Amino acid sequence: MTLLSLHKIRKSFGAVDVLHGVDLSVAAGEVVGLVGDNGAGKSTLMKTITGIYRADTGSIEFDGKDILGLDPGQRRRLGIEMIYQDLSLAKQQDVASNIFLGREPTKRLLGLFPGVVDKTEMDRQAARMIERLGAHLPSISRSVGSFSGGQQQTVAIARALTFNPKLVIMDEPTAALAVREVQSVLDLIRRLKSEGIAVILISHRLNDVLSVTDRIVVLRHGRADADLVTAKTNMNEVVSRIVGGGDTAAAAAHEQRG
Amino acid sequence: MASETAQPGFWARVQRTSVERLHIRLESLLVLVLLSAAMALLSPFFLSLSNFLNILLATSTIGVLAIAATFVIGSGGLDLSLGSVMGLAGVAGAFVAVNLGWPSVFAVIACILAGSIAGYINGQLVTRAFVPAFIVTLGMLGLARGLALVISQGRAIYGLPPEIVYIGQGRPLGIPMPVIIFVLTAIVAHTVLAYTRFGRHTLALGDSEGAARAAGIRVEQHRRIIYTLSGALAGLAGLLFTARVNAGDPTAGINYELTAITAAIIGGTNLFGGRASILGTMIGALIMGVLQNGLTLLAVQSYYQQMAIGAVLILAVFIDQYQVRKESRV
Repeated sequence: MTLLSLHKIRKSFGAVDVLHGVDLSVAAGEVVGLVGDNGAGKSTLMKTITGIYRADTGSIEFDGKDILGLDPGQRRRLGIEMIYQDLSLAKQQDVASNIFLGREPTKRLLGLFPGVVDKTEMDRQAARMIERLGAHLPSISRSVGSFSGGQQQTVAIARALTFNPKLVIMDEPTAALAVREVQSVLDLIRRLKSEGIAVILISHRLNDVLSVTDRIVVLRHGRADADLVTAKTNMNEVVSRIVGGGDTAAAAAHEQRG
Repeated sequence: MASETAQPGFWARVQRTSVERLHIRLESLLVLVLLSAAMALLSPFFLSLSNFLNILLATSTIGVLAIAATFVIGSGGLDLSLGSVMGLAGVAGAFVAVNLGWPSVFAVIACILAGSIAGYINGQLVTRAFVPAFIVTLGMLGLARGLALVISQGRAIYGLPPEIVYIGQGRPLGIPMPVIIFVLTAIVAHTVLAYTRFGRHTLALGDSEGAARAAGIRVEQHRRIIYTLSGALAGLAGLLFTARVNAGDPTAGINYELTAITAAIIGGTNLFGGRASILGTMIGALIMGVLQNGLTLLAVQSYYQQMAIGAVLILAVFIDQYQVRKESRV
């Protein structure tokens, strides 16, 4: 079942055309890699999906609804979540505070004054959310900034999950991670998939993309230049599609070495 | 993803609990105890109930300003106009009560309102005109002080009604009124900062404006509320001071922002926002109070006291930054 479907999306900023008619579809529970060189239009495309940018022409359907005219808040309510590379975490606050930032559960203080944050409930739900991801954190009450990059990524994903998303867009989630941590983040992506959540993975790390996705879409000069089934492609083909043909053996070999 | 962390020692655990549950830094408590012990040894007058109440009384004005500083700095802002706004508010209250002869309740309202308006203007300029908080509030420092001098024609306004004087000099159950008001304000402020969504959003905002915005917090509106609140608290401090000295003094509160900000920083407020606690700030304010009181008892000239406060501010920020750098290296 198609969850997200983009058709002939165009977007320009003044005289600069960034997207020249992009077609993209994502099925429910599917992990789609979005790759392409810098400036290919990946970020712009994602922002037209989350609603930060509005496509000039084309159509976007999500879950059977036309969402082209909806703002980011409305799209989020329909189930589109984006995790940015900087993760948008408040580093000095603890896990639960980050997961529930802006939507803290409240109770009445002494049964009288409303609006007091129910920290116990918040911690409990946060712990459950981390557990659901099959992840482990040193302590839920420590500031997020004291965690490793992968652990921070876990918090960001747990936060996204509280919105009950149908689609999670992740921007370079493994870019700055230690080798061991990359695997755990890829496991988190597989966990999302197993729960029926679709994932769009934007990444320059082609090994990661090849190991975790179902399909790989190559964006080149503002077009979806290739739509490859991961099981039927390889590093050579992906690299050659990204750079647009030519002798790509050296570049591919370089990527393969990781 | 489980990383093996070494079992923390007893001291580390006590520290963690105090930071996470009580929102205070043990180091500042230790400094307060040591400083008090030193003063007690140096001066025979230090350890007495009357001197203790004296310290609290002297701390109450600074303490209320320090609460304001804690909110503003915790949110990633800065308010240098606290002392001047306090002076303006006191003059405004005295003007309403004495020159206009209105009932005392209007004088109280005038104090809070004058402070709130100054704070509101700060907030508007910071969030809409994109002038840095440092410059906006530095400008307000001059504006508010000048306006206080204009309203009072450069002279203190005497002859406040007894109800106002009671706010500053009354002693129900032997406890000075300013101390009672200060403690109540601190309790409310602590509850708001540590336990309400507003307080949590304040710290999240100071921590990462981007994260706060992404979480749907109305960042600009929140900042305007914080600056208005800061002004209102400066107004309250102005009321307490004016009532205590029984005069609307246009020069009241000069350099008080220095002491207030120092108290907040000593109490563990991160200079760049994201971490703050009212309990910590109270300890910081008491340290400043004990320091000033002790130096006065030891007959140290007030000029040197000024120097001491300035040095303590730099030292507090140095220690805080040193710890932050140490933590980030782990």
